[in-house]
Amino acid sequence: MFSLEGLTNSLQQWLNAHLNPTWVLVVESLIVILLAIALFAVLGLVLVLMERKVAAHMQIRLGPNRVGPQGIFQTSADTLKLIMKEGLTPDGSDKFLFNLAPFIVMIVAMLLLAPIPFARNFQIWDINIGVLFVSAVSSISVIGVLMAGWSSNNKYSLLGAMRSGAQIVSYELSAGLSIISIVVLTGSLRLSEIVASQQDGWWLFKGHIPAIIAFVIFIIAVTAETNRAPFDMAEAESELTAGFHTEYSGMKFALFFLAEYINIFIVCSVGATLFLGGWMPLHIGNWEGFNHIMDYIPSSIWFFGKVFFLIFLIMWFRWTFPRLRIDQLLNLEWKYLLPISMLNLLLITLMAIMGWHF
Amino acid sequence: MFIKEYISDVYKAVKSLLTGMKTTGGYFIRPGEIITQQYPENRDQLNLPERFRGEVVMLHDENNEHACTGCTACELACPNATIKIITKFDVSPEGKKKKALDTFVYHLELCTMCNLCVEACPTGAITMAQNFEHSVFDRSKLTKKLNQPGSKIREGVE
Repeated sequence: MFSLEGLTNSLQQWLNAHLNPTWVLVVESLIVILLAIALFAVLGLVLVLMERKVAAHMQIRLGPNRVGPQGIFQTSADTLKLIMKEGLTPDGSDKFLFNLAPFIVMIVAMLLLAPIPFARNFQIWDINIGVLFVSAVSSISVIGVLMAGWSSNNKYSLLGAMRSGAQIVSYELSAGLSIISIVVLTGSLRLSEIVASQQDGWWLFKGHIPAIIAFVIFIIAVTAETNRAPFDMAEAESELTAGFHTEYSGMKFALFFLAEYINIFIVCSVGATLFLGGWMPLHIGNWEGFNHIMDYIPSSIWFFGKVFFLIFLIMWFRWTFPRLRIDQLLNLEWKYLLPISMLNLLLITLMAIMGWHF
Repeated sequence: MFIKEYISDVYKAVKSLLTGMKTTGGYFIRPGEIITQQYPENRDQLNLPERFRGEVVMLHDENNEHACTGCTACELACPNATIKIITKFDVSPEGKKKKALDTFVYHLELCTMCNLCVEACPTGAITMAQNFEHSVFDRSKLTKKLNQPGSKIREGVE
């Protein structure tokens, strides 16, 4: 049976047989870097195409359908175009920060890949504070956004960046609280242990209604954190031209664009790991036969299936819901999501203490 | 009381958002409803909506007769002077003079397809056609004469 675990193990053995331990580490790091960059490139192409196709079908259109069969090479052609364009730096801008900002946003997205378990025993860095790492590092991206907005020397950019700051600071709270509610149930911050605790059922089902409420709040909060419609205050095409990346062009713009989609992938994979069991197959109680069939599907396919389901959900939100005004956005967080998630956390804590979950 | 309103607010919000998601999700799983026309390829079997407005035409029957009385209601209704009606006087056998249409001049290049002339017409003489391929190399070709040569008003239309 195909498994990524077997691949990594045989590679490790082969390297150990031929090289000394230091070089093994160096070569493995290089392989990881290459894989991460390749994953980014592929995800960027696939997710942008998926977004355009999903959007089109939800609006009774066809979407891209001219470049390649069913338009599958559309995003590759767009990337090629963006690479060939001039990356302009405006005259009045702070040139150092202006050129640094896209890389900060991108590096944050890359760092977040580290603790995510992609398949059974296939994880870059099984850190024991994985959940904390993810929620801490993901807020650094707002520094990149603020940097881009401020250094552009453009009032639209600055407004977009400030909005993004307010938005991420407020939505980080409810995202954090709903993540904590799963940590309370699991009793561990290590992502691999959180996955292992869902062997006999995903937290979404095991945690009764409070877990479902936590999941809904998590999805809403991460949609806001990734600056996507209906919470696209930072970009706000209709009011601020393009918000914080108004002045960017060429590949520097493409990095922001790519980072948005990578961030969606990462928050969805965190959501899938916490609530939908990560790479764990779907197991139903005592149905031995059903559980065995589910076990035959490779764990990487389970993981990517769940992640893409969540990504589809977030795209569905984007193409259905009307955009919020900035005051409505903060209203929603401080008057609704935060009180509900605090109450919900109390309920989950009670449930964990009394052992009411399955 | 406050708590009750709060909970009903949340319930109504979630319900209306789910209604929206049901609509878009329904479109997503029913690709048969896609309305995009792949125009240059399907030029022969183009399926335009019934109310599509391409240009103004005058209806003629098999005897080359139309229903236009030359009342200029369409000319007055037109917001940007697209239509110019030139009238003449027909003389009936009894020697009575009667106003009739001589030329219906239609400037397609000025027309915004607003349909006001069709709505203004008391006899239903003009209508909107579905032909939309209007590109020509000379602007003067867009000035059209809508009544066919030799056509006359149908008997009984006043």
